[in-house]
Amino acid sequence: MAPFIRLNALTKRFGDVLAVDDLTLDIEKGELFCLLGASGCGKSTLLRMLAGFEQPSAGRIEIDGQNMAGVAPADRPVNIMFQNYALFPHMNVAGNIGYGLRRAGMRGQSLNGRIEALLKLVRLQGYEDRKPNQLSGGQRQRVALARALARQPKLLLLDEPLAALDKKLREDTQFELVDIQETLGTTFMVVTHDQEEAMTLAGRIGIMDKGRLVQVASPRHLYERPANIFVADFLGMISFVEGLITKAGKGSIEIDSVPPITAAIDTQNSKQSKLAVGDKVTLAIRPEKISLSATATGEINEIPVVVEDLAYLGVASNYRVKAANGQMFKLQQQQSRRTTQPLTWEEAGFIQFDPSDVIILEG
Amino acid sequence: MPQRHSILAKLAGRTGRRLVVLGPLLWLAVFFMLPLLETLQVSFSVAQRSIPPYAPLWGFDEGGFFTNFTLDNYGLLARYWQDYIGPAFNSIRLAFFSTLVCLLFAYPMAWWIARSTPKWRVFLLVMVMLPFWTSSLLRIYALIGLLNPNGFINGMLMWLGVIEAPIRMMQTDFSIYMGMVLTYLPLMILPLYAVMVRLDDDVIEAATDLGASGVQIFWTVIFPLTLPGVIAGCLLVFIPAVGEFVIPALLGGPDQLMMGKVLWTEFFRNRDWPVAAAIAMLLLAILTVPIIYARYQDGRVDDKHEKETGAR
Ligand SMILES: Nc1ncnc2c1ncn2[C@@H]1O[C@H](COP(=O)(O)OP(=O)(O)OP(=O)(O)O)[C@@H](O)[C@H]1O
Ligand SMILES: [Mg+2]
Repeated sequence: MAPFIRLNALTKRFGDVLAVDDLTLDIEKGELFCLLGASGCGKSTLLRMLAGFEQPSAGRIEIDGQNMAGVAPADRPVNIMFQNYALFPHMNVAGNIGYGLRRAGMRGQSLNGRIEALLKLVRLQGYEDRKPNQLSGGQRQRVALARALARQPKLLLLDEPLAALDKKLREDTQFELVDIQETLGTTFMVVTHDQEEAMTLAGRIGIMDKGRLVQVASPRHLYERPANIFVADFLGMISFVEGLITKAGKGSIEIDSVPPITAAIDTQNSKQSKLAVGDKVTLAIRPEKISLSATATGEINEIPVVVEDLAYLGVASNYRVKAANGQMFKLQQQQSRRTTQPLTWEEAGFIQFDPSDVIILEG
Repeated sequence: MPQRHSILAKLAGRTGRRLVVLGPLLWLAVFFMLPLLETLQVSFSVAQRSIPPYAPLWGFDEGGFFTNFTLDNYGLLARYWQDYIGPAFNSIRLAFFSTLVCLLFAYPMAWWIARSTPKWRVFLLVMVMLPFWTSSLLRIYALIGLLNPNGFINGMLMWLGVIEAPIRMMQTDFSIYMGMVLTYLPLMILPLYAVMVRLDDDVIEAATDLGASGVQIFWTVIFPLTLPGVIAGCLLVFIPAVGEFVIPALLGGPDQLMMGKVLWTEFFRNRDWPVAAAIAMLLLAILTVPIIYARYQDGRVDDKHEKETGAR
């Protein structure tokens, strides 16, 4: 079966700016797909092309097997929830939610019934007579969601749906959004520049950089097996070590850093299997995979370090430590009852990590 | 202490703001309220040959307190209402249609200006206001020069051979409306522009996304959201247009008597200030009562909203 949404070599140029650059992507029906990228990387432009507000400079959009070229926004089975909600300020909640339904010719009892159902879905019963300026930010967000869902689009586009909410409310709303998406089975495409939000919401995440799609994968895959340095750096904390390969064995490689670091090879990955002595590589290690202790244990990948910086976060502490050759590592230590006395500023100790936890990225 | 400082700053800000309002308020009281009160007082007085040509409403002389208070001026208007209803009707009709034409012209113009790039906006707004910076009398004489039987337009058309004889344009409804619209158009454009420039593109896109056609977007979103500008612009044009005296006198024919002309005649020809003042007060009442009523209704609707929100 053909994928539900198919973007093929999609490109959008604004004068000299390449807002979206040769983007190819398939999305399955009922998926909650998340586009993650820094500000200005072209996320909104991509959504606006899907909604029909911008015409692609090149490439093709297909939704449910139908080519969208030349189809007006109103005629697309797509609705969009805007970055700033764009509620109609002169209409009350019921008027806003019912707007699209009225345009489709719905009136009377069936209209009221549908509005009632949508209010229930977003838990806003009893608010139908309020104007948008009489609502809190979270309530406005839910009105916008209900309004966008009213016409039962095949694809719902959400442009930074939670950006205007404060942190606590945002976290609650994230789960609510996933709930609604699962209840309705509508395909959602959510844009965000908040990586935590993307990880919480999405089944799959697409990472965008300067108009290009860099990697598309599940949150776990992206975090543990990033395709390149950009993705590794973009998602969460990480330490990079560059070096030349000195030993290339069957299951592992070793690089020329001091002391040498051994990394396990992912044998499924053909590129990694081909690495040979003399190749330049960048190794990456996630902070929670590194352990820190005051005494040496003699295990593999053990490096003597000095604590440079320390941030206490409650459940854990973030460390920045420095090896003898100046190489910095970021690591995270869980607060544990057994640890006698955690290391503090300027103290010397040893870090250690497993070769299988080392991510190998191309030079 | 930064906190204390900010409180002080706030206080200073508040008194500062009061002072800022106080100035214009005083100015309004002196130059707007006082003449209005004076006119009201004159309207209850009697005419006499003196300077000013009316008897003081009240005062003290040898006999003690005296008053010349009378309702005769209003009585006169009531008795000869047929003489006044015609000009009043003419004035209101002229003002109404001038307002309508201004609105029809100004709405698309203001929309176009508001949707231009910011650089163009400034330029276009200056172009709209530029005529305001010249004397209105001068502009009307320029218009006469254009519309005269031997004026620019007729001369041009005859030279081109489009017409044989000059078209009569002066002293017609056309010339009056031309003058009215030219004079009052900026007053309509500016408030419309002010609301339109604040209108969010996103709201229009949202309506498009939800399946609205161009006409539907206009009537369900754009028009309701620009309505405050429409109302403000209409009031700004309609109210002075009712009392307009110069334009009908210079551009119109002698057959249509306007309220402004009647007022002028009573004041300067008949030197009957009390009757003229009574006309002015009546006109004011006719114009302001509906506006105040509309505002009052508005306020009640707002109150209702607040009560509803408070109750929940
Ligand atoms: N109408 C336009 N005309 C010219 N350039 C545009 C236009 N719209 C967007 N751009 C440019 O295209 C690029 C991508 O913009 P876009 O709005 O898609 O970014 P974004 O990823 O949504 O960013 P944000 O997270 O800040 O919303 C930016 O460089 C922007 O300046
Ligand atoms: Mg954006």
